[in-house]
Amino acid sequence: MRNKYHIYQKSHYIISPLGKGSVCNYNTISMGESHLQSYSGYWGIPEPFFASIFDENDIDLHRSSSQGQAYSRFESIAITAAESAFQRAEINPDSKDVLFIISTTKGNVEQLEKSKNPDSQSDAYLWHSAQRIAGHFRNPNTPIVVSNACISGCSAQLTAFNMLQYNDLYKHVIVIGAEVLSKFIISGFQSFKALSPERCKPFDANRCGLNLGEAAAAIIYSKSTETESLPDDTIIMEAGAVCNDANHISGPSRTGEGLLRAIHKVTEDFDTNRIAFINAHGTATLYNDDMESVAINRAGLQDIPVNSLKGYYGHTLGAAGVMEVILSSIALQNHNVLRSLGTENPGTAMPLNVCMQNSNTNGDAFLKLISGFGGSNAALLFTLNQHR
Amino acid sequence: MEQLFDVVATCRISDKEVLVNQESILYHSRENEQDWLSTIYHHIGLQYPKFFKMDRLCKAGILGAELLLKDYTYDHETVKDDWGIILMNAASSLDNDRHYQETISEDNYYPSPAVFVYTLANIVTGEIAIRYKIGGESSFYVMPDFDEELMRELLVQAFNADPKLTHILYGWANVDQDQYDVRMFFCKRRGNIKTSINNPS
Repeated sequence: MRNKYHIYQKSHYIISPLGKGSVCNYNTISMGESHLQSYSGYWGIPEPFFASIFDENDIDLHRSSSQGQAYSRFESIAITAAESAFQRAEINPDSKDVLFIISTTKGNVEQLEKSKNPDSQSDAYLWHSAQRIAGHFRNPNTPIVVSNACISGCSAQLTAFNMLQYNDLYKHVIVIGAEVLSKFIISGFQSFKALSPERCKPFDANRCGLNLGEAAAAIIYSKSTETESLPDDTIIMEAGAVCNDANHISGPSRTGEGLLRAIHKVTEDFDTNRIAFINAHGTATLYNDDMESVAINRAGLQDIPVNSLKGYYGHTLGAAGVMEVILSSIALQNHNVLRSLGTENPGTAMPLNVCMQNSNTNGDAFLKLISGFGGSNAALLFTLNQHR
Repeated sequence: MEQLFDVVATCRISDKEVLVNQESILYHSRENEQDWLSTIYHHIGLQYPKFFKMDRLCKAGILGAELLLKDYTYDHETVKDDWGIILMNAASSLDNDRHYQETISEDNYYPSPAVFVYTLANIVTGEIAIRYKIGGESSFYVMPDFDEELMRELLVQAFNADPKLTHILYGWANVDQDQYDVRMFFCKRRGNIKTSINNPS
């Protein structure tokens, strides 16, 4: 099926503990830096944990509205990312042809600790928080919150794609992925025995769990009926798909069933020789990385370089799908495949071509994969617009 | 624009009653000591022991799906990638989040993985996908209230985006402070589609 519009990235912005700005973050990780570290006695959590957390004094975590109303940490970083993306795109966020889509798993869940009374927990409602974020920019539309566990950031981009493709009212969609950590989230992952006591090792034979991280990332998607007028090196979203394993709520399918179907949906009618790299989910849990290796092999894509960015940032939950697409987009524009930091000796159920060093590529496309609780899997396909 | 699909079944679960295709099938009687969701489970004769491990949002969602599908015959064994599920609500998983929060207080810190797993809104779509072997699109959205226009738009786009989708289970499933509001719909793409489902006899 031919799409009516080409959906492309107009601008983007990342705020993470590693830095502010998409290019700043890209340059920092391309030098192999990470903010992952051990936290002990933090937020009243009895056990120490390894994570990537914002400096509590960072002014971008403590923003307030023009009326002086304080925003939460979650809202503050989401607003910071969105504001900078709008400035770069030179788009007015208060226009009715702009739609806000917000990706998060837990939003302001830390509010539940501060207030035990359900009637005073309005800030914990994701839609309420989303309205404060969109309201900050005086956007007139109801913001949509996508809460699809770990795949939320990619689900949100697929929703943006569909909104632009099929609704002529919208010219631009901003996808904001944001997550802050809390005692709630960390204790839960600890109870699941999913956390690594050291820096995570995606796709490594000795991987022993994931690290969690905080970040916010925003991408503004716009549409065009042709690509000739778009600048060279514009990143175009070609296709996206979400498929359910229908297998288990907290573990991936061993055969990679849902992810394989999602890959098939986005790569059918596409020359996969063009794919420069696969930016996988690569959380460094035993099951996730094995499952991805099986799905990638079953799809016949096992020779394509694969990386995971979790070794730089940890798993940033609702922000992950958005932030990792931005970093992969810049890598593609630089004809670079980023190293999978933390991987020492690749060892998954099926062999993968894990990228161990930053390397050059001639490809003009990348595939983003992501999977999560609830049995959901997503695949997104992006290409580089080149006139030559 | 041409209508893409038909709504072939509807159900509603409120605090007071259960309706299927707009006909009331059960009233909530105050004398009944069992909780309301278990009462519905037994009334409709559902046999799915896993139900009792679930949080209330998942229970409500499973009941909604069962009410929509119980009169149809279809392949229960094979994952159907031409079926999708799209749900929305206002409270995401807050009902269970409050429950989990109680397990991590300073004086009583026993975080439970069995409770934590339900602190994600889309676990309900996952539970329904497992029970009914739905392998296509699965999404969960959060919005202030039952916004018919926005919900319908997301549904239409899902049908548009994936021409292979023949059926979508979609709707509203909200559980918040002992209040239940489930309004779910079973939708079938129009036209001459190849499908494994038979209409109720």
